[in-house]
Amino acid sequence: MEVNRFKAKITPYLFIGPAVILLLIFSFLPILVSLAISFTDMNLSGLANWSQINFIGFDNFITLFKDEVFLKSMRNTFFYVIIGVPAAVISSFVIALLLKFVSDWMSSAFRVVYYLPSVTNIVAIAVVWGFLYNQEYGLFNYLLSLFEINAIPWLEDPLIAKLSLILLTVWKSNGVSMLIFLAALQSIPKMYYEAADIDGANRWQKLCRITLPSMRFATFFVTVTTVIGWLQFFEEPFVMTEGGPLNGTNSMALFIYQEGFQYSEFGYGAAASFILFIIIILATVVQFILRKSDEN
Amino acid sequence: MELKNRFERSIVNTLLFMGGLLVSLPFVWMILSSFKNEREVLSIPPTLFPNEPTFEHYINLFQNLNFDIYLVNTFIIVFFSMVGLLLNTMAGYGFGKFQFRGKEIWFATVLLTMMIPGQVTMIPTYLILNEAGLTNSMAGIVLPGLIAAFNIFLIRQFMVTIPDDLIEAARLDGAGEFYIFFKLIIPLAKPILAVQIILTFIGAWNSFLWPLIIANDESLYTLSVGLALLQDQNVTNYGLQMAGSTFMVVPVLIIFIIFQKHIVEGFNVSGIK
Repeated sequence: MEVNRFKAKITPYLFIGPAVILLLIFSFLPILVSLAISFTDMNLSGLANWSQINFIGFDNFITLFKDEVFLKSMRNTFFYVIIGVPAAVISSFVIALLLKFVSDWMSSAFRVVYYLPSVTNIVAIAVVWGFLYNQEYGLFNYLLSLFEINAIPWLEDPLIAKLSLILLTVWKSNGVSMLIFLAALQSIPKMYYEAADIDGANRWQKLCRITLPSMRFATFFVTVTTVIGWLQFFEEPFVMTEGGPLNGTNSMALFIYQEGFQYSEFGYGAAASFILFIIIILATVVQFILRKSDEN
Repeated sequence: MELKNRFERSIVNTLLFMGGLLVSLPFVWMILSSFKNEREVLSIPPTLFPNEPTFEHYINLFQNLNFDIYLVNTFIIVFFSMVGLLLNTMAGYGFGKFQFRGKEIWFATVLLTMMIPGQVTMIPTYLILNEAGLTNSMAGIVLPGLIAAFNIFLIRQFMVTIPDDLIEAARLDGAGEFYIFFKLIIPLAKPILAVQIILTFIGAWNSFLWPLIIANDESLYTLSVGLALLQDQNVTNYGLQMAGSTFMVVPVLIIFIIFQKHIVEGFNVSGIK
């Protein structure tokens, strides 16, 4: 009897144990390690010999805000958020809205087409788009030349390169947001529209008075996750431009990677990652506050 | 919402069709270019269909580049990601169907990890793996991505809906806990697990960051790391680059198109309204 009771007691821990232990090691412990080393000068020699690691207080954080590359990557990240978030949210919303208008089989077929880029490998996509964006041999500039438009330096000019990366990312990430918007659109009761028809509302009024307000939560959810995603923008600039030209496309996440794994400045990189973490938390909290005040 | 007349309908159809064309253009261009020889792929004006279709780039990938090794490594990662999915499922069942001390706290802990950005854990996780002597090893590549808190959450949501009586009856019949899990729970969870298996496969097939950070030897490279290397070493050989990309992308596209119905529905089930 005792043995059975003991067995029943430990069973749940056997089920959750492996996953929880792995999560503690690879999600929680790293946060503590990261916090600790961000106040040190840990680098490659510190990795080999712990006695080489010195506590340096807030020096890393002070240096970061004087580091031109870091400040530039921060400005670039804000640029990505300011241009990329509206572009991504609006385009996926419009696609979902258009899909709502067409017949069922067309809707499901186009849903697959628009979702496809989301499941593909980012490296392969970056390689393909690198070819499309190529200034001399790329398809895009060839198509433009048919309309007598001069070749565009898609990835060679800092500003245009940022916009090119945004275009690629919107193309790749539209799918998930589109599905969320579609699910929200389908959950709006038909009778709202029928009632509006009886009152003689036109289509624009129905969109503004029924559709948009009913999609508030979906829009909020998509916006919050999209902002977080753009703040962590990493793989696209990493594979396509390596942050160039002249750090013109460098992002905060890429900066952290470079400090950590190209220059082995672990302490400095960890400090930068905390600044990014704080920005993400602030951006999310602000959006929740805005939503609250919007509801009241 | 209904469209009033044929004119409007054709406008919407045209817009969707043009958009679909733009979205699929990179894929079409990738596949067509991968069959063009080195000269043709750089020709201006470009050809749409290859004049002399060739498989040379695909043969090259396997004969002169190590895509066979990358493929095997990628499959190893896929295999371990399925082990991870099993652990996630066990945890989801544990949180969904058992009462035990500290359950709420542990579950909150799991959910909290979803909010930690990957960039913050990247450097310290590398240091931890280094301390454990796991850098430049398959274990080091696989371990950090084994558990996904979001999957635990989704699976738990499903497990909660399984009636307690069913499990209790099995216990009264003398079935052991793990027997119940494998013979009763997993078959019941088939619909949600099927979706998870596909998504886990796609995620593992595409995995890039940890193999990149952890693997120093080419013998540990995955397809995506190998493809990034290929791009660095063959900057102007676009035919070869497109062949490598096609080899990575097309299997996933096929799998997605076959199972898309389940995935899209699974999305609705996971309940974001």
